[in-house]
Amino acid sequence: MNLLEIQNLKVHFPVQQRLFGGVKEFVRAVDDVSFSIAPGETVGLVGESGCGKTTLGRAVIKLVEPTSGRIVFEGEDIASLSGPELRARRRRFQMIFQDPIGSLDPRFIVADIIGEALDIHRLAAGAAARTQRIEALLKAVGLAPSHAQRYPHEFSGGQRQRIGIARALAVEPQLIVCDEPVSALDVSVQAQIVNLLQDLQRERGIAYLFVAHDLAVVKHISHRILVMYLGRIVEAGEARSLCRSPKHPYTQALLSAVPVVDPDAKRRRIVLTGDVPSPIHPPGGCPFHPRCPVAVARCKTEVPPLRELGPGRQAACHLAT
Amino acid sequence: MALLDIKNLRLEFGSGPGAVRAVDGISLRLEGGKTLCLVGESGSGKSVTALSIAKLVASPPARYVGGEILLEGRDVLKMSARELRSIRGGVVSYVFQEPGASLNPVFRIGAQIKESLKLHRPDAATDAEVVRLLKLVGIPAPESRLRNYPHEMSGGMQQRVMIAMALASQPKLLVADEPTTALDVTIQAQIIELLGDLRRQLGMAILLITHNLGIVGDLADDVAVMYAGQIVENGPAREVLSRPLHPYTRALIQSVPELGSEVERLTAIPGTVPLPGDFPGGCRFHPRCPKAQPACATQVPELLTVADSRKVRCPYSGSEISTLKSEAVL
Repeated sequence: MNLLEIQNLKVHFPVQQRLFGGVKEFVRAVDDVSFSIAPGETVGLVGESGCGKTTLGRAVIKLVEPTSGRIVFEGEDIASLSGPELRARRRRFQMIFQDPIGSLDPRFIVADIIGEALDIHRLAAGAAARTQRIEALLKAVGLAPSHAQRYPHEFSGGQRQRIGIARALAVEPQLIVCDEPVSALDVSVQAQIVNLLQDLQRERGIAYLFVAHDLAVVKHISHRILVMYLGRIVEAGEARSLCRSPKHPYTQALLSAVPVVDPDAKRRRIVLTGDVPSPIHPPGGCPFHPRCPVAVARCKTEVPPLRELGPGRQAACHLAT
Repeated sequence: MALLDIKNLRLEFGSGPGAVRAVDGISLRLEGGKTLCLVGESGSGKSVTALSIAKLVASPPARYVGGEILLEGRDVLKMSARELRSIRGGVVSYVFQEPGASLNPVFRIGAQIKESLKLHRPDAATDAEVVRLLKLVGIPAPESRLRNYPHEMSGGMQQRVMIAMALASQPKLLVADEPTTALDVTIQAQIIELLGDLRRQLGMAILLITHNLGIVGDLADDVAVMYAGQIVENGPAREVLSRPLHPYTRALIQSVPELGSEVERLTAIPGTVPLPGDFPGGCRFHPRCPKAQPACATQVPELLTVADSRKVRCPYSGSEISTLKSEAVL
């Protein structure tokens, strides 16, 4: 059974047109998205800024209220839950944020940042047990027990991200949504955090939804990848095969734009013209057609459905085979 | 004569025993029409080095402790305020990381580009010239874009406007400080392509500051890798990328996952980037270096010249150097 099953999820944000009332329009941040995550699996979610990947990541764990659709977590639909019922289930899914300093309370010492999660879910009986758990968690993420008494500002970016990971681990979740967890870090530190996330997955069987814009990092850590464009999934597939033979023209362009270090790797670069269109007025037909290098007349009128192209591979393109 | 010749630049913040030396003995050379990439992580001093070319690091708090910055043979550090004004924009122009923060939000972009023209080429301060510049940087329908405010444009378009503004004064050197870091990868590819085209068309030199080694291969003729205020490796971009000599350069290349390769585990560099003022003694990379010897903690390595036009600040990259030399002989 899948750990998480997302069915036809939509998140639409209203945009007020005039100061007093008037016609409302909607940003279709997430538009009819379905996917699943198996236990212990990493699913990467990539796309350009504004494509809705962060909103989707947050909606999955109900940090953003979905407009419609089902979020089935361990066999139970949590889309409509709220209050104490939701809080009780929050133990099973946690989040790691992009900006490690913005997501840690500067007035708390590390022991309390991590301990707060233990207290809320009553996971440690007594002060001694609490201290012990916190020390074990710090050790698991590669920090020293002595770090527990320090404040967030005393740490470097990479160490702060480790604290964020320790806090997420405190409640022993089955799923962690990682929202750009390494993009704010120095290049030489990114690999440490990526390796740590992989080690923790091996040891504890945690599943990740790994949201990032860096395709090379996503490919490295993920088992499967979802490519998002204007609120929709345009391609999904096993990570390596998707990167080796992308089917959707958008995925092809995205992959070709990734800079490579090796100066001898000469590739055909597809430089997309223009920017991501506004998600308030997405283009008709295929939302990618105005930037697509291979678009035909049909693409302007017919919305391509996400269809099966091979084992585990789906793409939303009329022309993909 | 090189367009830009930085010799042993040293720059400190603060004074007395608490002074923080952010740039410690940087030497760089850039010929006209060439592209040099300055690669480093946060705190390595790459941005301060780039800004000091037009003496844009305010002093105080900064102190130019020593060295020379020869721009067309004249030392920037000895220039008067009037001379500095004429080279800023006139000889060297800048493009920064956050286009949204560099543009004035209350003026139309046409007016902002024209301001740069008025300062440096008063005769050309016309709408027609602004349109030509916008066309040059690939902005579609430039006539209608003149009257746009910055917030009406996307990040990629804003960065093109910034580049147009930098080009307005027809500089000989364009310094681009992390110009694509705030942009999406597809837009990043557009901007890198644009910079390459402009260099070919206009024959200007580019100093590109980045932490992204992937960009280096696309654009650079030469590359200088900085760590903790010093250059640790310098040489032709192709050679440095395909055969890095310094352990830091090598570790940096290995720690970035590549789309083409399929490694199970990334080679991480342990520890963290040292902060300015807190640089370790001896070789500054030794606490994180996989090949560190006991002597590395005490002996300060020199920037050695190995083979042709390659420099490396590590006495122990011996085997690699000897293979390089033997190949050079062949």
